[in-house]
Amino acid sequence: MWLAIKLAYRNLIGAGLRTWLNVIVLSFSFVVIIWMKGIMVGWDHQAKTDMANWEIGAGQYWHENYDPYDPFTFSESHNEIPSQLESEIDKGTMTPMLIVQGTIYPQGRMQQVILKGIDPDQNVLKLPSAKLDTAITVLPAFIGQMMARTMKLDVGDRVMVRWRDAHGTFDATEIEIIDIFSSNVPAVESGQVYIPLQSLQQMTGLENRATIFTFSNEVMGRDAVAGLVLKSKSDLTKTVDDMIKTKNSGQSVFYFILILLAMLAIFDTQVLSIFRRQKEIGTYIALGYTRKQVVGLFTVEGAMHAIFAAIVAAAYGIPFLAWQAKIGLTMPVDTSEFGIAIAQTLFPVYSVGLIVTTTLIVLIVTSIVSYFPSRKIAKMNPTEALRGKIQ
Amino acid sequence: MKTFTTIVTLFLALAGFAAPDANEILDKVDQNLSSENRVMESTITIHGKRNSRTMTSRSYAVGNEKAFTEYLSPARDAGTKMLKLDDQLWIYSPGTDRTIQISGHMLRQSVMGSDLSYEDMMDDRKLTDMYDAKVLGEEQIDGRNAYLIELTAKTSDIAYHSQKMWVDAERFVPLKQEMYAKSGQLLKRLEMREVAKIGSRWFPKTMIYKDMLKQGDGTEYTVTKIEFDVEIPEYIFSKAALKQ
Repeated sequence: MWLAIKLAYRNLIGAGLRTWLNVIVLSFSFVVIIWMKGIMVGWDHQAKTDMANWEIGAGQYWHENYDPYDPFTFSESHNEIPSQLESEIDKGTMTPMLIVQGTIYPQGRMQQVILKGIDPDQNVLKLPSAKLDTAITVLPAFIGQMMARTMKLDVGDRVMVRWRDAHGTFDATEIEIIDIFSSNVPAVESGQVYIPLQSLQQMTGLENRATIFTFSNEVMGRDAVAGLVLKSKSDLTKTVDDMIKTKNSGQSVFYFILILLAMLAIFDTQVLSIFRRQKEIGTYIALGYTRKQVVGLFTVEGAMHAIFAAIVAAAYGIPFLAWQAKIGLTMPVDTSEFGIAIAQTLFPVYSVGLIVTTTLIVLIVTSIVSYFPSRKIAKMNPTEALRGKIQ
Repeated sequence: MKTFTTIVTLFLALAGFAAPDANEILDKVDQNLSSENRVMESTITIHGKRNSRTMTSRSYAVGNEKAFTEYLSPARDAGTKMLKLDDQLWIYSPGTDRTIQISGHMLRQSVMGSDLSYEDMMDDRKLTDMYDAKVLGEEQIDGRNAYLIELTAKTSDIAYHSQKMWVDAERFVPLKQEMYAKSGQLLKRLEMREVAKIGSRWFPKTMIYKDMLKQGDGTEYTVTKIEFDVEIPEYIFSKAALKQ
């Protein structure tokens, strides 16, 4: 085997430009696959981190009727804050939020919004709730950048808000936008106005009630709370997983085309080698090589392209991938309109597993592709081969 | 001084006797606007920020409990029908050939894009059952004397916490109505115009409904033809009639 590797190495180096062309094409596949997979892993990481920071914490308790996709459920989705959760809320590791439907009238346009009551003292989420702890003549509120853009609102703007209390009676007041935050999570920005929890509770007559409870410490085996449904972080980030899964399957087509191009080159090289090196094959057999050993030699030669490619890919790929990890990939279009948790700049994350898996896949595929043309050797007549007669 | 005080007291007392009771005024308003049954053709013009659109409809109503409306134009809305039976409302859409029941929070949605919600349309409770009424005084509205009545909610399950209503002092037809939020913010304004004598009653033929927080000139509702106390076949108020 060692001899086969040594011979394969010498043959490949001897082939010169032909080898290096194959190696470069294959190395390109390596780098692109690792880079693209890295972007996906980076996106997954960024989306889940941002969601945890801005929206879901380490998990949430939802009121059993609460459905974020159906605002009509909001008026029946609030519980009195359960005594079981009070100690966590007092410690600051859990924050209640009341969610009701409302209407705002920026520049006289009527827009449906979700009013979220948030505790100004909370530290569970990165939302700038502390800014609500201010003394102004009207109700202070903050909104996300996406909402500010669509509603054409700015810090200091005052706008009328209308809502209904627990009995369905209309009420309206003016709010002042005291801050505009920017996250990569559209679910916390789009069509949402944040006001102090206590104010919203008073405005709606829902004192000491909340819709969702977000906690910062993921405690395994949390107790069930009557009337609330426990949502773990993985439940809440399932949409990201599903989306990345879909994206990955879409990208697989691209990976397949890349590998296919490289493999076509290797397949061609192998076929050509066997055709042109019949005398050599005959000599190997005359020197005592079994046909299996010759097939093995040619397979190793083909597979060695992948090893060379891995080395070449490392030579230019490591600096490129490291540079990308540092500056990231900035999307040419505004990602906030996508409606998914995606940053404007995605930073790829490369894991050892990703690199090893990609290398192994390319190596195995190259070996298989190298083996298939080599099987022809087993059918050759050694005498004819030695003569160099085309078979 | 004593004489002066007596005169003032007497004047105020007489003035008190002269001002009719708010409930009495509302009862007279009810007599004008309510009927055992009616058939009406109307146009609804929704004035948006940039453009306006007009719909025509024919409706049949029995008291406040049963109502059936069919939209006649424009082509896009023609054939849409609504049936209200007590506190239930169904809408038939010819485009989908489906009848759906509007219930719960869907009642808070706007009717055909107008400033009116289904709930505004559905609330058939008498004002005197929902509000404490008080006459605040008299004012001139479009050159006519009107009683200004303040209505304050006496039940909690009510859309508007308070209302102001200007009722024509002679004809007992509301000329203007304002709906307020709990905070006192004016939310909606209803203006009635073209008060005409139809049979023995006075009836406003044009109503302008305006969401005061929103830009635009509101929704104008004009009655083009109205007949009171006519016979309406019972099948009209059935779900089967929606698909006919």
